[in-house]
Amino acid sequence: MSPDQIRQIIFRLLKRIAPESEPSELAPDENIRRALDIDSFDALNFFIQLHDELGVTIPESDYGQLNTLEEIVHYLSARPV
Amino acid sequence: MAEFRMPSLGSDMVEGTLLEWRVKPGDRVRRRDVIAVVDTDKAAIEIEVFEDGIVEVLLVQPGQKIPVGTVMAVIRTEGAGIPEAGTAGAVLPERPPVEAVPERPMAGEQVPPPAAPAPLQPSASAAAERIKASPYARRLATEHSVDLRILEGTGPQGSICAADVQRALEAAAQLPPEEAPGLSLAVLPPGVAEERRAPAPPVAEKPAAADAMRRAIAAAVTRSNREIPHYYLQTRIDMSRTLRWLEAENLKRSIKERLLPVVPLIKAVASALQDVPELNGYWIDDRHQPQEAVNIGFAISLRQGGLIAPAILGADLMSMDDLMEALRDLITRARTGRLRSSEMTDATITVTNLGDLGVETVYGVIYPPQVALVGFGKTTEQPWAENGMLGVRPVLTATLAADHRATDGRRGAQFLDALNRHLQEPSKL
Repeated sequence: MSPDQIRQIIFRLLKRIAPESEPSELAPDENIRRALDIDSFDALNFFIQLHDELGVTIPESDYGQLNTLEEIVHYLSARPV
Repeated sequence: MAEFRMPSLGSDMVEGTLLEWRVKPGDRVRRRDVIAVVDTDKAAIEIEVFEDGIVEVLLVQPGQKIPVGTVMAVIRTEGAGIPEAGTAGAVLPERPPVEAVPERPMAGEQVPPPAAPAPLQPSASAAAERIKASPYARRLATEHSVDLRILEGTGPQGSICAADVQRALEAAAQLPPEEAPGLSLAVLPPGVAEERRAPAPPVAEKPAAADAMRRAIAAAVTRSNREIPHYYLQTRIDMSRTLRWLEAENLKRSIKERLLPVVPLIKAVASALQDVPELNGYWIDDRHQPQEAVNIGFAISLRQGGLIAPAILGADLMSMDDLMEALRDLITRARTGRLRSSEMTDATITVTNLGDLGVETVYGVIYPPQVALVGFGKTTEQPWAENGMLGVRPVLTATLAADHRATDGRRGAQFLDALNRHLQEPSKL
C-alpha cells in the first residue's frame, strides 16, 4: 500500500473520530492527538480501526512513537500490509 | 396506579424534552425497562420505569418540553384496580429525589388529555395548613413567595424541608426568562431528530446545544461550590507495579481486548471504597447517606464541548475486562448514542482523569449530592526516594475532593492510602 493510500485511510478514520475537524489539513509533523483533541480512549479506537482496515497490529509499546502523520505513515509503510 | 414523572437526571436538570415513547397504552412494563427517551440539556437519555405494571395512559406528546416532576404517564401497577385520575403514589427514582419546579407556568406547554391530573397542582382540598413542612422551610418559602403546596417534600414522612425550598428556588433561578429561541431538536419529526442526534451533529445545532450544556454545568458546579464545604487531599503513587502488570496483560491480549491505564485506576477506586465506604454515597437532607452499591461516575468530555459523568453501575463487582467493556460502552454511548436514566442518577462517586493532557493534579468539584470526587493526573517519570535510595519511577498524583459535612480528613486519608495499596498489588485487583 502506498503512503498516499495509507494517508487517505488515516484521514477517513480520524474524520470518523473527530467529525468537525479536517484531518487532511494536518501538517505532517503535527501532534495529531493534540491537534484534533483525541483522548486515550479515541486513540485506542483509532489503532483498533487501523488494525481492522490494514490488518496491522501495533504493539502498545509503539504507541509512543506514533504521534504525527509522518510517523504513522512511515511506521505502516515499513510493514507488510 | 402510579404516576410516571419526568425524572431529575442529575442535580443540574430543570426540564426535559420528550423525544419518543418506547411504549404505548396497554403495554406491560417491568422495572428498569426503558419506556421513553428524553432530551436534557446534556444528552438524550433513555428513561427507565421503576415499577412493574401496565401503561394506562401517556400524558405528554413527543416534542413537549416539561419541567422535572411533571407527570408523563400513568402506570397501572400489578394488583391495582380501576384507574382513577388524580390518585397516585408517585413513581420516583430512588435518588436523587425528583426536584419540583414551581413558579413556572405549564399550561402553555402541557397538552394533558382530559382525565390527566394537573402536574404538580394539588387538589383544591389540599389546604396550606395541612402541608407538613419544617418551620425554617415555611419561613424560607414565605420570604421568597414560594407556594409550599407545589413542592415535593423529601423530609421525614414526605414533609417539606428547607432544602426542598432551596432547590425549588434554584431551579426557578436557573430558568431563562424566555424559552431559548432557535430550532429545537424536539420539534422535528422523529426521523429527522434521529438523524440530528447521529454521531456528527450538524454545525448549526451546536451553539444552542452547547449553551444549554454550559448552563447545566454552571448550575451544578455553582450549587456544589455554594453548598459543599470541600476539602482536598493528594498523594503521589508509584505506578511501576501497575504499569508493569498492565503491559504484561496487554501483551497477552488482542488489540481489541487491551485495557486502558484508567481501568486499573477505576478498579482500585472501587476496591478502596470497600475499605472506606463513607466516601461512597450522598449528602441529602442534612444527612450523610453512604450507599451499598458502588456506581462510579466517570467524567467524559464531549467533542462538542462540555462534560457528562454517567455511572458505571456496580463497578465493585466487575473484573478488569468487564470494566473496560463497560467503559467502552459508556463512552461510546455518551458521545454518539444514548445513556440510560439510571446511569445519570445513580452515581455514588465520580472519577475524573485528566492525565491525557499532562495535568499533574486535579482539584475536583464534587457533583451533588455525592460526597467525593477522585481526580487522576498524568503518570510521569519522577525522582522517587525509597529505603534511602533515589530512583526514577512512573508517578501518579491522585487527589480526593471530599465533602467535609460527610467525612473528615482522616477518612479521606484512609481512602487515598487504600487506593495506593491496591495499586501496589494490581494482580489482586
